[in-house]
Amino acid sequence: MSRFANIKVGDRLPEKNHTATEISLFLYNAAIWNPHRIHYDAPYTLEIEKHPAIVIDGPLQGDWLAQCVTDWLGQDGELVTFSYANRRASYLGETLTATGEITEKDEVAGTVNVRLGIRNEAGEIIAPGSATVRFSEE
Amino acid sequence: MSESLITDAARSAIGQSQPPITVEVSRREIQKYSLATQQVQQKYLDGDEAPPMFLFGLLRPLTPIDELGPDGIARDASLPDLPLKRVMAGGTEMIWSRPIRPGDVLTATKTLSGIEEKQGKTGPLIFLHYTLNVVDVDGKPVVKERSTRICR
Repeated sequence: MSRFANIKVGDRLPEKNHTATEISLFLYNAAIWNPHRIHYDAPYTLEIEKHPAIVIDGPLQGDWLAQCVTDWLGQDGELVTFSYANRRASYLGETLTATGEITEKDEVAGTVNVRLGIRNEAGEIIAPGSATVRFSEE
Repeated sequence: MSESLITDAARSAIGQSQPPITVEVSRREIQKYSLATQQVQQKYLDGDEAPPMFLFGLLRPLTPIDELGPDGIARDASLPDLPLKRVMAGGTEMIWSRPIRPGDVLTATKTLSGIEEKQGKTGPLIFLHYTLNVVDVDGKPVVKERSTRICR
């Protein structure tokens, strides 16, 4: 039986933990050309912008949600839609977990809808998201 | 109706597009992004295909250092002049026609599609809605994005 045929609503995608470091945040912000000091300058971040620590970029959490779905999909299809929103800030030192669950399956179109979420250590979803993927015909 | 926080000048910006930007995608830029975000799939690490969120960095303005503010942020040309100055990212939704690959020459057009005023728990909020249309060198669609920014 094909991989698509085996997918059921309620199935969970593999979860993955992400622990940003000063090095990973530096490289990410360099790669996207983002010089905002809250992502690398701790004294400035605490004293001037009044955050408790270096801030983990919202779009980086968006990337972790995208990885959750594209790593699960692999080479078996393509991403059609992807959405996310940052609801709450997260700070260097926290481990965040990317999660996903199948919410809908369209047998005719060969598509699957996935609910995504970045969960913090307190168990709160701080960045909800969703995606639609289309499986390739075999 | 109570007095609106949205000025006539800001309202008149609705429907206006910024000048389109054209970017050339290199394999090395995809590889740097993929390493920085600790991708695991070989197609991303080799730069054969860009991870979806690569788009965000690809289209960020390349502002000279002496034009950055003391916070490191560049002034944003897509923000209309509003009385609420603190800007946060709302949501982003992308609809993909195909992945981005090295060698692509992409043209992106961003349009302010709407402005809404809402009452938040701690005061007024202004929602700015944008559309972003990305096409390839033949004018074929690559990705369309809808995003929201919240001013408070």
